[in-house]
Amino acid sequence: MANEDFEPKIVALLCKWCSSAGSDLAGISRTQYPSNATPIMVMCSGSVSPLYILTAFKKGADGVLISGCHPGDCHYLEGNYYARRRITLLKNLLGYVGLEPERFQMSWVSASEGGKFAEIMTDFVEEIRPLGPQTKVKAE
Amino acid sequence: MAVKKRTGVFVCSCGSNIASAVDCNKIAEDLSEYPGVVYSSSEIYMCSDPGQSGMADAIKEHNLDSVVVAACSPTLHETTFRNVSIEGGLDPEECAMANIREQCAWVHAGDMEKATSKALKITKGAVEKVRRNLSLEPISVPVTRKAMVIGGGIAGVQAALDIAASGTEVIMVEKQPSIGGHMIQIAETFPTMDCSQCILSPKMVELSKNKLITLHVMSEVENISGSVGNFKVKIHKKPTYVYPDLCKLCDDCTAVCPTVVPHEEEMGLVDRRAIYIPFAQAIPASFTLDVDACLGLDPIACGKCADVCEAEAIDYDMQPQTWEEEVGAIVIATGYDLYGKENLGEYGHGNYEDVLDGLQFERLCSASGPTEGKIMRLSDHKEPKSVVFIQCAGSRDPEKHCSYCSKICCMYTAKHAQLYKHKVPDGQAYIFYIDIRAGGKGYEEFVQRTVDKEGVVYLRGKVSKVYQEDGNMIVQGVDTLAGQAVEIEADMVVLATAMQPSFGTNKLAKTLKIAQDKDGWLSEAHPKLRPVECVTAGMYLAGTAQGPKDIPETVAQASAAAAKAIILLSKDTLYQSPTVAKTRLSHCTGCGMCVDVCPYNAISYMQNGQVEVNPALCTGCGTCSATCLRDAISVANYTQGQVHDMIATALGD
Repeated sequence: MANEDFEPKIVALLCKWCSSAGSDLAGISRTQYPSNATPIMVMCSGSVSPLYILTAFKKGADGVLISGCHPGDCHYLEGNYYARRRITLLKNLLGYVGLEPERFQMSWVSASEGGKFAEIMTDFVEEIRPLGPQTKVKAE
Repeated sequence: MAVKKRTGVFVCSCGSNIASAVDCNKIAEDLSEYPGVVYSSSEIYMCSDPGQSGMADAIKEHNLDSVVVAACSPTLHETTFRNVSIEGGLDPEECAMANIREQCAWVHAGDMEKATSKALKITKGAVEKVRRNLSLEPISVPVTRKAMVIGGGIAGVQAALDIAASGTEVIMVEKQPSIGGHMIQIAETFPTMDCSQCILSPKMVELSKNKLITLHVMSEVENISGSVGNFKVKIHKKPTYVYPDLCKLCDDCTAVCPTVVPHEEEMGLVDRRAIYIPFAQAIPASFTLDVDACLGLDPIACGKCADVCEAEAIDYDMQPQTWEEEVGAIVIATGYDLYGKENLGEYGHGNYEDVLDGLQFERLCSASGPTEGKIMRLSDHKEPKSVVFIQCAGSRDPEKHCSYCSKICCMYTAKHAQLYKHKVPDGQAYIFYIDIRAGGKGYEEFVQRTVDKEGVVYLRGKVSKVYQEDGNMIVQGVDTLAGQAVEIEADMVVLATAMQPSFGTNKLAKTLKIAQDKDGWLSEAHPKLRPVECVTAGMYLAGTAQGPKDIPETVAQASAAAAKAIILLSKDTLYQSPTVAKTRLSHCTGCGMCVDVCPYNAISYMQNGQVEVNPALCTGCGTCSATCLRDAISVANYTQGQVHDMIATALGD
C-alpha cells in the first residue's frame, strides 16, 4: 500500500474544558481539517489512564492524540501535570517496544485556540501518513 | 460485562448545518441496527418544539431507558436534551450527546462519505457510553447567599447595587484606592452629554451607604476554591496607611509631602503627591498613601504627613491583610485599559506631549480635571486652534495591533470634537476615520450633528505618520474619498486608542480558571444565548471585561449579570452533578495514590485503611481513576470501561 493514500485511524482524547471547547471553536469558525481522528471527550487529560492509550494501539489505532488545557490552566488545577508525567513515561515505554514517537502525541489547546486545534489535527495526520499502518502494538 | 439497554438515537440535521456535510438519514438507519438501539430517527431541528416533544414521546412509546442525541456540542444543548429526558421519564444521566456538528459537519465540509463515517463513530461511541451509564441521585448542597463583585467601575457598581436590592449581601473587591473605574474620568458622555460625575457619583455614594455592600479597595482576589453556590475566595488587601473613618479630607498632608509622581487618575497630565486622594469624589472618601512613591514608612526618613495630620488618621504600621470570604456567586467586572500610545510608532510612540489619548483628552475637557475644563496644550499651555482626531488608533489593525473594533471610539471621537468646538468655537477639528460605526439609539444623529452643526471635517482614510515640526504636529494621511494625500499642521492630536482587557485580566482569569478569547477578553458561555455567564457555573461577566462596549450596554449587562446571580442565590439548595468518583472497596488496597493526586482533597482514609470520596468536594475530574493501579476508583458514568468501549468503537469500521 502506497503510504500517500493511507488514511490513518486516530483517536483523540480531548479534555472537556479546553481542548474539546477548542475543537468546538474550530467548528464555529468552520476551520477545516482531515476527518481521520475520532474525538472522545474526557473530563480532564489527567483522567487519561495509560491503559486507554494501550487499548487504542492494541485495537489498531495508527495514532493517539491527547489534548488538554495549557500547563497552569487546568480546569481541575493540576490534572494536566499528572497527564504530562504519565504520558512522558508511557511514550518512553512505547518507544522501547518500537512504536514510532510520532504516533503518540500530547498537545495543549485552550478553548480559544480553534485554529491551533485544526492545525494540530492536520499536522498529526500528515506526520503519521508516511509511517503507514501501526503494527507494533496492534493485536493479531 | 454485557449490559442490556433500550437506547434511542435521535439524529439532528440542524437545518442544513449538519445535513449538508453528513448523511443524517444514513446515521439514523445504521444506528437502528446497532446493538442495544431499539429506536432511531432523524429530525430537522431536534431542539425545536416538534423535535423535543417527539423525543419525549418516543422515550415513553418505545420504553427507552437511555437516549443519544447526535447534534451539536454538549455545551450548547446537553441541558436542553437532559430536560427532555426528564420529561420523558428518564434520569438525565441516561442522556448523552454525540457532537456531530462542531466536531464533524462544520469541519469536514465537502466529503460526505468521510464525514458521515466519522459521525457514525462518534454516535456509536455515545451509544456505548450510555450503555453503562447509571441513573444517579443529584448531590444537593446548600447555597451561600452572598455574592462577590470584582471591579468597582460602573459595571461593578451597577451589579452590586442590583444584587443588594434583592436583599443579598455583596462583597466588592476593587484593586484601586477608589471605585469609579474609567467612567469617572470621562468628562461628558455621548450622546446626551451628561457629565459622568453627575450620573456615576450618586451611585458610588449609594453603594458606600448600602449596609448590604462591603467594599474592599486596594484588594485583589488571590485564590479561589469551591464551586457554584459555595466559592471560597481568598482576598489580599494592601494597606492604604490612612483610616478612612478618621480622614477629614483636609488636605494638610499633601501640602507637606515632598515626593511627586504622575497622577494616574489624571492620565499623567499632572503630578500628585505620594499621599493623595485619587479624585475629590473618591469612595471611600479618604486620602491614601502610595507606598511605592513614599520616601519610606520610617518616621526617621520622612513622616511629615503623619506629623501634620490632626485627625491622626495616618498609620505607618498598617499591615496587609489576607482573609477568606464565602460567596455563592461571583460577578467579574474588571473592565478595560487603553492600548498604550507607546505601541503606536507611527504616531510617535507616546513621545510627543501634544499627542494625547482619548482619556487624557477627557481629563482636559473635564470640569474636575487639572485644567478645570480648559483645553490647552501640554507643551506651552496655549489653546489649540486646530486638533486632529485619529480613530482606530490600534483597533482594526490585525497586522500590527488589535484586530477587533473597539466599538466606542467613533462615538467618543465625535463627542470629543463637539466638546472641543464648544470650548474653542474658532478652532478647527479634523477626524480621520475608516468607517463610522454609530449603531445605537440617537448615535447616528449625534455624529450627523457633529458634521452639520459643529463643522467638524471628517476625512475618510488613515494617518500614516505624525511628527513634530517647529512646535506643531504634522499629520500625514490620506483622504480616500478625494483620492489624495493630506497633510495637516495641527496644534494637538488626539488618538482614539483601542480598548484592551484591563491590566491584570490575564492573572485574574488564571486565578479564577475562566476562559479568555484570543484577544484576552473574558469568554462568555455562549455568544448569543448565555452572554453574561462564564463557562464555569456561578460566575458572571459584566461590562468591558467581556469585550468593548459603551456605558448603556455595560449597565445593561451588569444588571443582567446581577439578575443571573440573584436567580442562583434565590435557591436554598443547588444540585450538583452526581458524576463524582466512587471507590470499589473490593479492589481498594489503601495505597493512597489517589489521595495524593486529588486536587480537591476530596479523598480520605477510612478507619480500615481504605479510602472514601467526599462527594461534595469531588468535581469528577478523574485524575484519581487514572492513577489507581487496580481500577478501584472511578468517576460515575465516566468509568474506565466506558472509555475503553468508546475507544474500541472509534477504531471499528
